[in-house]
Amino acid sequence: MDFSAINPALLIASLMVAATAVMIAAIGELITEKAGVLNLGVEGMMITGAVCGFAVAVGTGSPFLGFLAAAGGGAVLSFLFAVLTQFALANQVASGLALTLFGLGLSSLIGQNYVGIRPPPTPRLDFGPLSDLPVVGPILFNHDPMVYAGLILVALTWAFLKYTRAGLILKAVGENHDAAHALGYKVIRIRILAILFGGACAGLGGAYISLIRVPQWTEGMTGGVGWIALALVVFASWKPWRVLLGAYLFGGVTVLQLNLQAAGVAIPAEYLSMSPYLITIVVLVLMSFDRSGAPASLGRTFHASQ
Amino acid sequence: MLLKKRSFLAGAATAAAMTALSTGAAFAQDDVTKVGFVYVGPINDGGWTQHHHESAMKMVEEIGSDKVELVYQENVPEGPDAERAMTQMALNGADIIFSTSFGYMDPTVNVAAKFPDVKFEHATGYKTGDNMAAYSARFYEGRAVQGTIAGHMTESNVIGYIASVPIPEVVRGINSAYLHAKKVNPDVEFKIIWLYTWMDPAKEADAARTLIEQGADVILQHTDSTAPLAAAQEAGGVIGFGQAGDMAEYAPSPRVSSIIDNWAPYYIERVEAVMDGTWESHNVWEGIDTGMVGIGEITEVVPEDVKAEALEIKDAIASGEYHPFTGPINKQDGSVWLEEGEVADDGTLAGMMFYVEGIEGSVPQ
Repeated sequence: MDFSAINPALLIASLMVAATAVMIAAIGELITEKAGVLNLGVEGMMITGAVCGFAVAVGTGSPFLGFLAAAGGGAVLSFLFAVLTQFALANQVASGLALTLFGLGLSSLIGQNYVGIRPPPTPRLDFGPLSDLPVVGPILFNHDPMVYAGLILVALTWAFLKYTRAGLILKAVGENHDAAHALGYKVIRIRILAILFGGACAGLGGAYISLIRVPQWTEGMTGGVGWIALALVVFASWKPWRVLLGAYLFGGVTVLQLNLQAAGVAIPAEYLSMSPYLITIVVLVLMSFDRSGAPASLGRTFHASQ
Repeated sequence: MLLKKRSFLAGAATAAAMTALSTGAAFAQDDVTKVGFVYVGPINDGGWTQHHHESAMKMVEEIGSDKVELVYQENVPEGPDAERAMTQMALNGADIIFSTSFGYMDPTVNVAAKFPDVKFEHATGYKTGDNMAAYSARFYEGRAVQGTIAGHMTESNVIGYIASVPIPEVVRGINSAYLHAKKVNPDVEFKIIWLYTWMDPAKEADAARTLIEQGADVILQHTDSTAPLAAAQEAGGVIGFGQAGDMAEYAPSPRVSSIIDNWAPYYIERVEAVMDGTWESHNVWEGIDTGMVGIGEITEVVPEDVKAEALEIKDAIASGEYHPFTGPINKQDGSVWLEEGEVADDGTLAGMMFYVEGIEGSVPQ
């Protein structure tokens, strides 16, 4: 057993990387659910984003365009869900599950020619001498742009929901769509926008895995992260900061357990492997004892005639 | 209750239909031999599954696509789902089915019992039956070559090992690599991470990065994707090895060599045996000698003398004059496993769930 091999600064730096994909996807789903729509297709939108981003980044040589395409890909797929659930009034749970299956299949179809190819590297943001600072340098000033983008996204989402009129309308639609409709808000339109935002975020999260974290394309490479994102939103009681906390906790325990295994800690590896899931759920469940529940209209179909 | 009775009736009807179909299948096998493959990953994973699939396609090419028909299913989870996939193949008239992952062992046993006329071949397991054969490769022979290179190449004396699922095959690989790294570099230390998956690129990349952060400058992997090599490349100054496939796209560095699984000769032989009617159940374990385990080209990053030594070991194993597990070897707790000059028997190797002396940590049970 050798704890000295674990460098806390590097550990924190890698947990931020490990948490980013799930965090971005979860924030997107949070907005979708706040508008009253339950989209279980996060995994499918993530993997579609992963492959779209990868393909465009390889094609153009620009990771930035790749991420843009990933957001677009995720949004396009989520639009399919929007059409099914908002216009055709299909069941949201079934449509979401179908979206995941469809996304997994579609992505392996698109990705067939991209196996074994290396994507263009995403440069880290250059903070000059700041990056060389001990401890603080690797934690705060030595990441790729998406890590910061993810954090900014959480802050913006929080501010949007708490302080803006649009945020209040979004929440109103999610809490009681009939009342919102009676007040003259376009429920369907708002929900579609929320779904598209969720899809774009899931796509970004997926591309973070294929372009930065791994980086390569392999079928099914998101490996269930979309489901973790869905769970995070629930356990975070639909609060952006708790999504951040949950994602960092999940990423943190994931990275920590790998470090503990490598350091030869005497805890059996099977317990360490399950620890990220267990600890994240336990902490967030304990925290959600205050009475903040789900949006009241979550998963319910809306039609103006009803 | 009514519902239950109904579903029971439906089940009985299905069972009857299945029997009818399977006898039908037996009659339909005269012209073209139908060969089924069950894969644990996607056919383009760059490693394990890809090489099974390439070998399968080579088999078709060799025998002729007018005589054999290949059917396969990818991404089949280990467990009951595999049973379903194999049952489906058998119902559709497959004459021989290859199930290509350790976790398919018991499902294969079950399905084989249901279809006595269909031949089953299970990879890397140990259970057999009248119509179920087992075949595996002595990957640990390749690990001996890798360990030798790794022991010479490491400067930090820390070698990282990304282990997949705790089964004897993986433990054997760790032990073999460790023993041979230790032999050429007594200061070497192994850091082992178990991922409980054969393929999950994100996890593999995280594991590789963790090992590199903890000082490893050589990464060995028993997982199937190229993600660890990508991480090694990003870190710089770290080398790794191709697993199951050559992974040549990462040569000459970080990939300095590889273990290549070449199943094609075996598949050709077995499918032809089915066609001739000479197929018999067996349990084979082939290694470098027959070419089932291949060593990928050792690149110029490895110094000449190290390369020569590695190839020497490879040749010695191939000719049978050297066995990677030759005593004296102690178990992890210090008790004697093999006396001086004693060679491990296949039975012990097949069930090897213990580390040898010098490796830290414990094998997950």
